[in-house]
Amino acid sequence: MKGQKTETKVDSALIERLEQKAKAIRADIVKMIHKAGEGHPGGSLSAADIVTALYFHFMRIDPENPDWEDRDRFIMSKGHACPVWYSALTELGFYPRSALDTLRKLGSPFQGHPDMSISPGVDMSAGSLGHGLSIGVGMALMGKLDKRDYTVYVLLGDGELNEGQVWEAAMCAAKYHLDNLVAIVDYNRLQIDGPTDKVMPLDPLGDKWRAFNWRVFEIDGNDMTQVVEAIEAARKRRGLPSVIIANTLKGKGVSYMEGQVDWHGGKVIDDSLLEIALNDIQGGE
Amino acid sequence: MEKIPTRIAYGQALAELGEENDRVVVIDADISKITGTHFFARKFPERFFNVGIAEQNEMGIAAGMATTGKIVFASTYAVFASMRACEQVRTFIAHTRSNVKIAASHGGLTGTTDGVTHQGTEDMGIMRTIPDMTIIMPADAIATRKIVRELAEHQGPAYLRLTKIPMPIIYDEETDIQIGRAVQLRDGDDVTIIAIGDMVIRALEAADLLDNNGIRARVLDMHTLKPVDKGAVIKAAEQTGAIVTVEDHNILNGLGSAVAEVIVENRPVPMERIGLRDTFAESGEYEELLEKYGLNTRHITEAARKAMGRKL
Ligand SMILES: Cc1ncc(C[n+]2csc(CCOP(=O)(O)OP(=O)(O)O)c2C)c(N)n1
Ligand SMILES: [Mg+2]
Repeated sequence: MKGQKTETKVDSALIERLEQKAKAIRADIVKMIHKAGEGHPGGSLSAADIVTALYFHFMRIDPENPDWEDRDRFIMSKGHACPVWYSALTELGFYPRSALDTLRKLGSPFQGHPDMSISPGVDMSAGSLGHGLSIGVGMALMGKLDKRDYTVYVLLGDGELNEGQVWEAAMCAAKYHLDNLVAIVDYNRLQIDGPTDKVMPLDPLGDKWRAFNWRVFEIDGNDMTQVVEAIEAARKRRGLPSVIIANTLKGKGVSYMEGQVDWHGGKVIDDSLLEIALNDIQGGE
Repeated sequence: MEKIPTRIAYGQALAELGEENDRVVVIDADISKITGTHFFARKFPERFFNVGIAEQNEMGIAAGMATTGKIVFASTYAVFASMRACEQVRTFIAHTRSNVKIAASHGGLTGTTDGVTHQGTEDMGIMRTIPDMTIIMPADAIATRKIVRELAEHQGPAYLRLTKIPMPIIYDEETDIQIGRAVQLRDGDDVTIIAIGDMVIRALEAADLLDNNGIRARVLDMHTLKPVDKGAVIKAAEQTGAIVTVEDHNILNGLGSAVAEVIVENRPVPMERIGLRDTFAESGEYEELLEKYGLNTRHITEAARKAMGRKL
């Protein structure tokens, strides 16, 4: 882990539990997209460890009371990766398991991109890239104003960082010392038209955020221990917003998807591909 | 029937155009595989620019490129072209009368299962309020190819609306398609159905159904929403005495509004409008969405009967 130091030593039972959970989430992701006949597996799988750690360890939420004012907030700014979010919310009991079969279908709470107006637990709509961090700033500012101690987590895609609005929000978050705001960049190095290095180079990415006066944690975002340590450190109130640059593998956990730009979206997981995917996920360490 | 998404026809046409005209440059925002511009990119990598997921930047860059005498085709989805980058388009492409052709995929409900964030259902209305903006939505791949060629010759800003999903081919290569001129696809004198883009095929189907019941409907493909073909509208009002408009778009400020403005000022006749009734849609299959939101063939025939029933 690079960047800021993390102080905690996390216990191995917790990591073990979260790793198991992440497998269940990954399995749900591929099943959902298989059933739907379309969707975005690559960016859902790369973010599965991060979303699992947040929802099954860190976040203060109540499935019985999704609009609880003191809850921690999560914004899936890279909204296309919503299958990972829907899986986590379903595991937590926000939705019946049968909802997983309705992804992208007419009348489903699991819209092609998240819709807060019809989906409990979805703290903000998303799907148009580049908006989420601004909205996170708004939530974090009001947390301070109302003296509530919730934390706002915003998950960003690396391609998404091409949008100028992300950097407008980053500047603003530092101005207001939003230490109740944690951004996480899913640095899987792929977007739709190819590798981020080709479409729009981002490096040195940590330095960009540091130059915007953020605390920066650079980790392996598919290593549960590092994910947990980084979130633990980032959520500490230190007078500045924090960003975790999570180096991940797009499609993580499914052999034929890993690092493959074509598995961003637009491809079908047929029956035989589903079987391979589920085997890979169960077998993976 | 052969079906092709008009976004793909657009991309293929661009690749051909690039060969003949080296002033053509193309810019995209990380969705060239989807907008079809990858066909051009592969052939002319030096005249293709991928600016990443940054549509505002894209439109600003396009305006800058156009100042050097280039014909700029700028692609993204309809929602992002018309809303994310609206001011860049309005002030720096339209007001400057820049030679930028904005090609926007996922027009209307063709955004289907992606849901509201990817369904451009207000884009034509937004574009229509911008002075000097030409707005076109071709009905099929053949019309799209012809329009792309026309656009290369056309001076000034234009907005080309395209479909995500495959559209049946309704034209043949001989059809004459020109910017600003409606195409009459069926003649009739009981009622006129004026449609645009992916709704043209529905209008034809509706006309066939009406015909089975002895009603002769004229069908106009109003592919150019702006400037709307006033002559064709006035003629339809005079000769058929009732009009139905059909668009895959919010009912506000699209084709229905444009046609209503013409007939109110020139030749008032009963008129019915088919379109989204000032609502957002949702994720779903195209056919399901058309049915739920009242844009299907049977909705058109009902509207035609209603408009005819209101004749004085
Ligand atoms: C404003 C906007 N422009 C374009 C798109 C189309 N789009 C959807 S996903 C995507 C690529 C996202 O890449 P990245 O942020 O790296 O996501 P990940 O790799 O985590 O899936 C694009 C361009 C969009 N959803 N929103
Ligand atoms: Mg990425």
